[in-house]
Amino acid sequence: MDKIKQFVTDFGWPRIIIFLFLLFLFIAAPFVGVRIDASISDVFNRFGQNALFVLAMVPMIQSGCGLNFGLSIGIIAGLIGSTLSVQFGLTGLMGFFGAVALAIPFAVIFGWFYGLLLNKVKGEEMTIAMYVGFAGVMFMCIMWLILPYTNSTMVWGYAGKGLRTTISVEGYYRQVLNDFWAIRIGTDFIFPTGMLLFVVFCAFLMWLFLRTKTGTAMTAVGSNPDFARASGISADRMRTVSVIISTVLGAVGIVVFQQSYGFIQLYTAPLAMPFAAVAAILIGGASVNKATMVNVLVGAFLFQGLLTMTPSVINSALKTDISEVIRIIVSNGIIIYALTRKTKVTK
Amino acid sequence: MSGKKSLGRFFTENAVVIIFLALTIAAIPPSGLSFQYIIQEMITRLGRNTFLVLALLLPIFAGMGLNFGMTLGAMSGQIGLILAINWNIGGVEGLLFAALVGTPISVLMGYICGAVLNKAKGREMVTGYILAFFINGVYQFVVLYMMGSIFPIKNPAIVLSRGYGIRNTLNLENVRQSLDDLLMLKVGGFLIPVATFLIIGLLCVFVVWFKKTKLGQDMRAVGHDMTVAEAAGVPVDRTRIIAIIISTVLASFGQIIFLQNMGNMATYNAHDQTSFFAVAAILVGGASVKKASIPNVIIGVILLHVLYVVTPRAGQNLFGSAMIGEYFRQFIGYGVIALTLVLYAWKARQGAARAREGLRGGNSATAAAGTAAADTAKGGAK
Amino acid sequence: MAQQGPLLSVEHVSKEFYGNIVLHDVCFDLKAGEILGLVGENGAGKTTLMRILFGMPVIAQTGGYKGRVCIDGNEVNFSNPFDALDAGIGMVHQEFSLIPGFTTTENIVLNRESMKPTFLNEVFGDRMSVLDRPDMKKRAESAIAKLGVRLDSDMLISEMPVGHKQFTEIAREINREKTRILVLDEPTAVLTETEAEVLLVALRNLAKQGIAIIFISHRLHEVIQVADRIVVLRDGLAVKDTAVAGVSVRDIASWMVGRSIAAERLDAGEKREFGPEILSVEHLWVDMPGETVRDINFAVKKGEIFGFGGLAGQGKLGIPNGIMGLFPAGGAVKLHGKPVELDEPRKALEMGMAFVSEDRRGVGLLLDESLEWNIAFTAMQIHGQYLKPVLGKLLKIRDEAGMRKLTLEYIGILDIKCTSPSQKAKELSGGNQQKICLAKAFALKPDLLFVSEPTRGIDVGAKKLVLDTLHKYNREYGMTIVMVSSELEELRSICDRIAIVDEGRIAGILAPTADIAEFGLLMSGEKTEAVQGANRG
Repeated sequence: MDKIKQFVTDFGWPRIIIFLFLLFLFIAAPFVGVRIDASISDVFNRFGQNALFVLAMVPMIQSGCGLNFGLSIGIIAGLIGSTLSVQFGLTGLMGFFGAVALAIPFAVIFGWFYGLLLNKVKGEEMTIAMYVGFAGVMFMCIMWLILPYTNSTMVWGYAGKGLRTTISVEGYYRQVLNDFWAIRIGTDFIFPTGMLLFVVFCAFLMWLFLRTKTGTAMTAVGSNPDFARASGISADRMRTVSVIISTVLGAVGIVVFQQSYGFIQLYTAPLAMPFAAVAAILIGGASVNKATMVNVLVGAFLFQGLLTMTPSVINSALKTDISEVIRIIVSNGIIIYALTRKTKVTK
Repeated sequence: MSGKKSLGRFFTENAVVIIFLALTIAAIPPSGLSFQYIIQEMITRLGRNTFLVLALLLPIFAGMGLNFGMTLGAMSGQIGLILAINWNIGGVEGLLFAALVGTPISVLMGYICGAVLNKAKGREMVTGYILAFFINGVYQFVVLYMMGSIFPIKNPAIVLSRGYGIRNTLNLENVRQSLDDLLMLKVGGFLIPVATFLIIGLLCVFVVWFKKTKLGQDMRAVGHDMTVAEAAGVPVDRTRIIAIIISTVLASFGQIIFLQNMGNMATYNAHDQTSFFAVAAILVGGASVKKASIPNVIIGVILLHVLYVVTPRAGQNLFGSAMIGEYFRQFIGYGVIALTLVLYAWKARQGAARAREGLRGGNSATAAAGTAAADTAKGGAK
Repeated sequence: MAQQGPLLSVEHVSKEFYGNIVLHDVCFDLKAGEILGLVGENGAGKTTLMRILFGMPVIAQTGGYKGRVCIDGNEVNFSNPFDALDAGIGMVHQEFSLIPGFTTTENIVLNRESMKPTFLNEVFGDRMSVLDRPDMKKRAESAIAKLGVRLDSDMLISEMPVGHKQFTEIAREINREKTRILVLDEPTAVLTETEAEVLLVALRNLAKQGIAIIFISHRLHEVIQVADRIVVLRDGLAVKDTAVAGVSVRDIASWMVGRSIAAERLDAGEKREFGPEILSVEHLWVDMPGETVRDINFAVKKGEIFGFGGLAGQGKLGIPNGIMGLFPAGGAVKLHGKPVELDEPRKALEMGMAFVSEDRRGVGLLLDESLEWNIAFTAMQIHGQYLKPVLGKLLKIRDEAGMRKLTLEYIGILDIKCTSPSQKAKELSGGNQQKICLAKAFALKPDLLFVSEPTRGIDVGAKKLVLDTLHKYNREYGMTIVMVSSELEELRSICDRIAIVDEGRIAGILAPTADIAEFGLLMSGEKTEAVQGANRG
């Protein structure tokens, strides 16, 4: 009994409710005429699309920088990479990995500056990250308009310059990961093997990294910066490393997202993306200063499951589109819950 | 010599204001807009926005930073307006009715917000921001699903065709500019909404007076140092909640004033940018997370909004794209918030380091300058 | 002052924390207008006694106290500090409790501002009253006048010299009309000598006006100068209660530290021989808040156990923290003749020094991580141990098995009580946490080990084990140890030489066998002849 109680307090009521709610949705789905195989296929697909964003939260949480509300910085780097890849006319797997390879240098540079900035504002990281992200997105909006892209699939036809709001990657790298070893069962179930393998591969790399000397030091910095300092670790350096890794993952994440979704979304599209990733990892059981691979996988799955299932199930059942409201309440509710909990670091 | 020094001080302390002033002035000629037009816009927007920005002051005094949770108040005000239209109460009475309905809701919202922020001391701003999102969900739930189904709405014109939920855009014809028109003066070709300015003036007087009250003093004490205030018996948590409640109620009035001027209301989006504009304005006016004044508010509203008026046209004329100006002004808005937060956090850390240096007793103070200097000092002292 | 019954009387007060007796049957009286000097070493019970007087909730939470505290002959029992204030006890704590952005006046009348009612009072209560600033200023100035010092009532606290801040604090306490008893905890610690003089005069002024004062200070000459009577606490006992007239600093010092039993040496009669000089420190200064080191010079020989003693706040803790690079420091520190880069913890660790911090929970441990992490972490980061290659030697990751083996080894050696090596450090008791900190340092295999307050807050059994372990590592592995401790007995039981730190400087270095009174005198900043001898030897 005590053990259950302990589990409940550790895991938190909000998460248990969300979990039970999702379970209920899956059970209710067939009764309201929602195809369960299509739903599950959808959940897998969206899980794969978003998992890297959620994974990107881990390093900064571990190093004590808190939730990365400025993930849009990484997403911007990814957008630069993907637009460049399309501009250069790279296609297929070349297109995808080209986009990733072109994005990473930008992500490293952006992340480095972003990390230096966050080191200057310890204690206020989250609010500042959010606004730095917003400002970055707005700055890039101007850049998308004036950068000299020429590929006709990307620029506005009538003006001949300035990138479109959404750019199709059809014929470039659309679904190249999804279709890799994809498993089709019936008409509605597609298992995106390639994308999930890629996600698992990235998660495995992160798992390994957290076990290296540097990864261990990073966790120690987040756990107790004074201890780390007394052991000869530079907290600022570790924090910067964590921010760079997070930014790079954000960049790779958006390319993975695009190949599955089929479009590059520019301009203000990245504004809201960090919030979904933050909500997902918190739903997975992470706190503001501790996160594991399990939190990432469970969180991404639960959150995306919720996003997929609520519209289809609730809307069919109640004949209203209330799911959007549920999404807003659940995702922001869980963030508030995490922010108002006493941080678990014992001092 | 000292004049030069104080001039330099003036520039560093007002850097944000000066940069903005320069930017705005630089953007006016390329916009091709007449001064007549710009000044009229400035007057209109001053009347429209100032009240909302003033709502930010009290939480800053209480050390809670920029109250991003003011959006909760804006939503309360909107519910007031929806009901005013529902019962077809027009004119200034409609606005008063909306304020009357908005007050209890915003008091409740303010209490919730204050209580939540008390549980998130040290990260009030990000928590307030997310809380606004969260309550936005609740607001949508109430307005989009409950109104017309559970709460009866008798005015069919504002209900969605499906039979419940409020329409996406509400025409506020009944109350449109009723406050502004109450006492509209024409001075030298400019229309001045005197009644609106009177109300804003009244609020300024209230703020000045409030600072002189015991509660105002307690708020300052809490804002400066929570532990000392607590030790002296000031009810810290309660005082913080009161600051947020007042701010939320003011925001609800502010939103009503804002919307009566606009003349229509995007039911589900009107409050999205409320805190962004208010916060950006007060910061552009030279306020920081810990320090703000009425002049900051007024200067900020003028500068930010003139910039907002001129940039799209300037962008159109300079780059051939109005979108550039549009994005530029948003970038400026977010950028100034990020920048002031960074500068503030940075200064706070430097201040803490300096305070620690102050603890170095006697000749050790010189040691901070360098080991070599310290060695000689110590050698001498020995 | 007229003869009358005591204003405050403390009768047979005893207090224990979890079976640990900190006050035992303490009695004393305080008359109106009297200044009582309260002296004692750290841990003698002064703080606990003041907490009882001031009604700190921590007392009630830990089971209350025995005996009676009476004011005007009536027993009082405060449940919180506000009750004590109402009963007329004002307290000035060691740390300033002032708002820097407020003026002197605002701080003096903080939360007791003069008010003028407004019409809103009816609806919203008293807090809507307007402040009566002229009256606030008048009250503040009258309090300052009562104190008899010069203080600008409109100055911001942040712009004041330290001395004025201290006066503001005192003025705030006497601004309460009820205040009849004033407790001052080390009020002169942060003051310069002239400021301290002014303060003492001000205190005499207050006493003349009938306020009773309890003056706690380690500066014994000040106590003698200002107090009418002194009470000496030692190990929770009021060992002396006497009028000051005719008492010397030396007397007080020996009452403070004097033990009935002599220190027990672990090495009675052993002949100690040391190697060459391993560590030399010249003109060390360290900017550690509350433990400022100003100018420290000493040298340690290989195989030696060197002790630092002294009262809290005098800077002894700053020494290891500064050398290990945890706080800004300067001066010339050499290990094995090679200069040590200060402000760089990694360099200090790499050169073969290790440090067991006094701040166990803050600096010493990763409370939320396993014991394995805690013990192996520093060795991993500094020496690259406990890592194993994976993916064809592309990458090195943590060697969990190696870490476990190491942890089990130390669990055995140090007798650490835990459920498993993967238990979280925060779940262990204080003594076992301390052993983890030692294990972490030992795992580095250092040439020179700094241990700071190794027995603070741990029980008797664990204390002995910790000291025995240090002794063993010194004798068996030749580890040189520099030990900093507030417990003189502990230093005397294990160290080969003991330096006493006072006001950021070494007041003198004594042999552990030196007369106990010598130590007491050094702690109160008095020079003795014995020091010179020990320094040469």
